[in-house]
Amino acid sequence: MLLAQATPGSFDTLLQQLGNGIAMGSVYALIAVGYTMVYGVLQLINFAHGEVYMLGAYYSYWPARWLGYVPDAGEKPSVPLYIVGLLFVAAMSACALTGMLIERLAYRPLRKASRLAALITAIGVSLLLQNLAQMAFSADPRGYPQLVQQTSVQLGPIALANTKLIIIAVAAIMMTGLHLFVQHTRPGSAMRAVSFDMRTARLMGVNVNRTIAMTFAIGSIMAAVAGMLVAMDQPRLTPMMGLMAGLKAFVAAVLGGIGSIPGAALGGLLLGVLEALVGWQKPEYTEAVAFAVLIVVLLVKPTGLLGKTGREKV
Amino acid sequence: MLRTGAVLVAGIIGAVVLNAVLAEFIDDYVVRVINLCGVAIVLAVSLNVINGLCGQFSLGHAGFMAIGAYVCSLFTTTQRYYDAASAQYVSEPSLAARMAEMFGADLAAAGSEQLQSIAAWGFLPGLIAGGVVSALAGLVVGIPALRLRGDYLAIATLGFGEIVRVVITNIPQIGGATGLPGLPPLANTSWIFAVCVVCIVFSVNLQRSTFGRALIAIRENELAAEIMGVRIARMKVMAFIYGAFFAGVAGGLLAHLLQTISPATFNFMKSIEVVVMLVLGGLGSLTGAVVGAIVLTVLPEALRDVEREVNLPGIRMVVYALVLILLMIFRPQGIFGQRELSLKLLRRVIPGGRK
Repeated sequence: MLLAQATPGSFDTLLQQLGNGIAMGSVYALIAVGYTMVYGVLQLINFAHGEVYMLGAYYSYWPARWLGYVPDAGEKPSVPLYIVGLLFVAAMSACALTGMLIERLAYRPLRKASRLAALITAIGVSLLLQNLAQMAFSADPRGYPQLVQQTSVQLGPIALANTKLIIIAVAAIMMTGLHLFVQHTRPGSAMRAVSFDMRTARLMGVNVNRTIAMTFAIGSIMAAVAGMLVAMDQPRLTPMMGLMAGLKAFVAAVLGGIGSIPGAALGGLLLGVLEALVGWQKPEYTEAVAFAVLIVVLLVKPTGLLGKTGREKV
Repeated sequence: MLRTGAVLVAGIIGAVVLNAVLAEFIDDYVVRVINLCGVAIVLAVSLNVINGLCGQFSLGHAGFMAIGAYVCSLFTTTQRYYDAASAQYVSEPSLAARMAEMFGADLAAAGSEQLQSIAAWGFLPGLIAGGVVSALAGLVVGIPALRLRGDYLAIATLGFGEIVRVVITNIPQIGGATGLPGLPPLANTSWIFAVCVVCIVFSVNLQRSTFGRALIAIRENELAAEIMGVRIARMKVMAFIYGAFFAGVAGGLLAHLLQTISPATFNFMKSIEVVVMLVLGGLGSLTGAVVGAIVLTVLPEALRDVEREVNLPGIRMVVYALVLILLMIFRPQGIFGQRELSLKLLRRVIPGGRK
């Protein structure tokens, strides 16, 4: 995805690619936590999560447009930082709502149904959101206003776009924040309890429904941030952009160990870097990397790098 | 055996008659939809063996189709591609043409009609070869699939399908990302429904055989099946091989029906489409697979008119997705569940069927 600009082969481009890979990996990590948390709680691959990421980009596009920030409007208008912040908040809250709605309407009625039924429903929700988005936003790619003036930052031998550095920084902050939230707050420990054993958690007085809704909300917030960050870096929105990104992020979650938040971060970064390395030598095969990694991980270490062993998951 | 043979022959004759009747009386668009239904039936019935009977949730059917389609096209279609090394366009004659040349045909002098009939001779070998190569891929997928269950298997097979797509995209000799245009229109109603009949008859027999019972036992309870002496690994891999074979054949048919194929034709939406057919009809029910295939091929076409009527482009796919979600919430077992209602009826009606 992000790997178009470098010519394959040389050592300089390797470093360049690694930088891009870490940025892309941070995006995968942000999306992957949503998969990993939902899987931890419901044992469901939330196929619609990639679409939430897509919506995150669109949810920030419309208010930006409404405020008068139009893509490619001749000279670049400089957007005040607080507006960027507000756009983030708007996208995050809209996505959180979307995520909770999906859970309430599509997944909650199926909580006792077979996992297969839930999986197919998830695929259905993903299709539904894709096509609703195509109806609402049209299938044509859209530009995205330059919220941050894109410049190139020289870091030793490599030049990284400042938007990529922003991706890495914001992703790091968000992931750390999430980790602290899950480990050190009461709602966080409720989430861990539900994911460890839903029935016992309920007996201990945890409001399971609310905790699951919160899990979806948090995952969706992370995806919204990812969607907006990517839109700032590569201003090209399409209703199908969530499909591949979502699948790859899921692979990242499996690679890191499904159910583990640090695992999702690690898996995302590793996958981004791996893609970059393959892109360095054989750019035409980058699309296949994620799936090859997936199959290898599932065969060799299905619990992933940081996953817990012993629970019936595979 | 005899009865099966009789049904097969009757079915194939029926397909040829159907072809003649349709060509005579029905307009081309409807014939095309009917043909698409036929291909969809083969796909759904073959996936039903993997997903429905054996309970191994596979999302890689498009990969098998792609393999079958491309292998089959090698037999029938002249491959033209840009060769980067010599910087010019190269034409590779089809395997059928090469065979004809070996038997002394002069291709340079042959008229287009003659070339077409040569291509037509390559179709059946192409379909079978496509099926066989695809079955080999099924073997390759089936073995690692032994270690995976449920949604992990689903996502791994999805990965397989995507890898096939990326690999095809990167082989310029078969058209790369732009795909292969100009396949001869060989897949008419006779071919498609003949394959349909073969696939259905085989699958009915399979369901009633020891093999089919073993697959169902695995689906119901793997541990119990193993204790009862079912060779789990072997059965699962066989299910994959069987399903992949017919998916490959269906891919070949689809290729010569659409006349243009590209890697995008076989993306993972295609796999999902087939799964949805099964789920709608009822996972594990052959009748369900057939009905699901027909409904989900006709429904989008029918909705196309509705879409025009209400002037909301895109509503078609939204309805499609909604149907899927509502179905899962309110009737997760699909239309038929695991029953084969109409088969019993058919058996009473058709004297050739088993009593």
